[in-house]
Amino acid sequence: MTDISVNSVSSEKNAARIRLAQRIALRFGLYAMLLVFALYYLMPLFVMLTTSLKSLDEIRTGSLLSLPRDIDFTSWATAWSGACTGIQCDGLQPFFWNSVLLSVPAVFLSTLLGAVNGYVLAQWRFKGSNILFALMLFGCFIPFQVVILPMAIVLGKLQLAGTIGGLVLVHVVYGIGFTTLFFRNFYVTVPQELVKAAKVDGAGFFRIFYSIFLPISPPIIVVTVIWQFTQIWNDFLFGVSFSQAGTQPITVALNNIVNSTTGVKEYNVDMAAAIIAALPTLIVYVVAGKYFIRGLTAGSVKG
Amino acid sequence: MTEWLEKHAPKMVLAPSFIAILVFVYGFIGWTAYVSFTRSKLLPKYDLKGTIQYERLADSPRFEVALTNLAIFGVLFILFATIIGLTLAILLDQKIRTEGPLRTIYLYPMALSFIVTGTAWKWILNPGLGIESVMHDLGWTDFAFNWLVDPNLAIYTVVIAGVWQSSGFVMALFLAGLRSVDNEVIRAAMVDGVSTPRIYMSIIIPSMAPIFLSAFIVLSHLAIKSFDLVIALTGGGPGYATDMPATFMYAMAFSRGDIGQAASSATVMMVIVTAIIVPYLYSELRPRHD
Repeated sequence: MTDISVNSVSSEKNAARIRLAQRIALRFGLYAMLLVFALYYLMPLFVMLTTSLKSLDEIRTGSLLSLPRDIDFTSWATAWSGACTGIQCDGLQPFFWNSVLLSVPAVFLSTLLGAVNGYVLAQWRFKGSNILFALMLFGCFIPFQVVILPMAIVLGKLQLAGTIGGLVLVHVVYGIGFTTLFFRNFYVTVPQELVKAAKVDGAGFFRIFYSIFLPISPPIIVVTVIWQFTQIWNDFLFGVSFSQAGTQPITVALNNIVNSTTGVKEYNVDMAAAIIAALPTLIVYVVAGKYFIRGLTAGSVKG
Repeated sequence: MTEWLEKHAPKMVLAPSFIAILVFVYGFIGWTAYVSFTRSKLLPKYDLKGTIQYERLADSPRFEVALTNLAIFGVLFILFATIIGLTLAILLDQKIRTEGPLRTIYLYPMALSFIVTGTAWKWILNPGLGIESVMHDLGWTDFAFNWLVDPNLAIYTVVIAGVWQSSGFVMALFLAGLRSVDNEVIRAAMVDGVSTPRIYMSIIIPSMAPIFLSAFIVLSHLAIKSFDLVIALTGGGPGYATDMPATFMYAMAFSRGDIGQAASSATVMMVIVTAIIVPYLYSELRPRHD
């Protein structure tokens, strides 16, 4: 918008000065609005952080938006290892490790399956493979309520009810659709001639995947791993439906801490717990935001 | 043998995933739909009994509340997230020097779990200690903000938190769209003396119709699935004032022991999602002839 002046015929100094002033005012307004929005998005994080560092007394008497008088980390310690999630009072710690134990294999397996599926659907198409792809893709969009009841029965039959292994299975199955989509859309940009040439040279299906496709895959692997990790770490519905007291993921434990009705309501502990639960995905986002956004947009728009 | 293996390798690699999807997605949808036509209560029963569950749903005041809430939440959530997202994208598209950091700030809520978002907003909107006390401290002592515990207004708190979480994502979609608009057309319009707002209104925004569609699909999909946010923010309460189909289904399945109602409400959700997603997927995946 720098060449608005192209249109001005007169070179009157006054008009030019007014325009300049207008432009500065406009820029100022623009930045002010952007700043207001930034404050709006940051406010909950700020409130969570400051509340977690205040004492209960200060929370009751002070203001939501004020900075803590003394920085007090006791509520963080309580949230990590002492807060009650129902009858158990070991804090978030055991559930944090549950979430780690569950997301690592689930992310790994769903990414691996997505990579080979995407490879087939992009480069080794056969009659009906597009329909298979559409059927897999549709699986990403179903409301999971529609599969919860039969899943609970099947997990019971497999002796996996209430286990971490059961949750891994659930997350892998319902993650395949997205991981396949990511890899398929990435591999589809590789020219088919490359595969043909490799075939002529005697390389087979696995060899071509291994020595041509895998080496170019790191960017899409990062996108997929971040996407899957965020999804699985943040999941609540599967966690609350298919876990039991000792195997709950962190989101379920957080919700239990916040909604536990026993004793005094410790808002500072709630907020510390919320930050702890959010920290892993927040760190991933801050460190690899570019890949995070790519996953988000790839999940909604055809690549 | 190796030749046979080589020939069938692609299909064999795909088979386990595809079978899993077939069973765990389509088989399970079929199971739920089937059970929705039985008299299942605490345990599933398999003799068909017609549409009794759907009649019960239609008569259930709680499900009516859930559907009304979904409509209120869906419309407001999609509307506000789109408006805010588009506004932010346009503002950020004005050659802003700090665009990178601002984008990071606008989008970080998308990395959070809805449970975290719900917990944070539950505290901020706390009647007494939250926003209300901030206003009282600022001297506005009659200010009352108790939406969270007001059965008629609680659903709007879900909108507030949902928009906060998702609008940055809509911004990212629109920003990508703005960046791909043909620059030549815009330059030509500017040379012709068309004002910047007019350029946006009549050239840029109309050219982003596909982005509006994507945003709509993603947001409506989030709205129908919204479960975690409601659970964390209001727990579906007060009473069942903020129930949505997703929380209704969960309550029927796990606390009421009413599998019939759970299955039929899940099927209703499935039908709503299918009505939105299938035409979209069809248009996205259909081979292009242009």
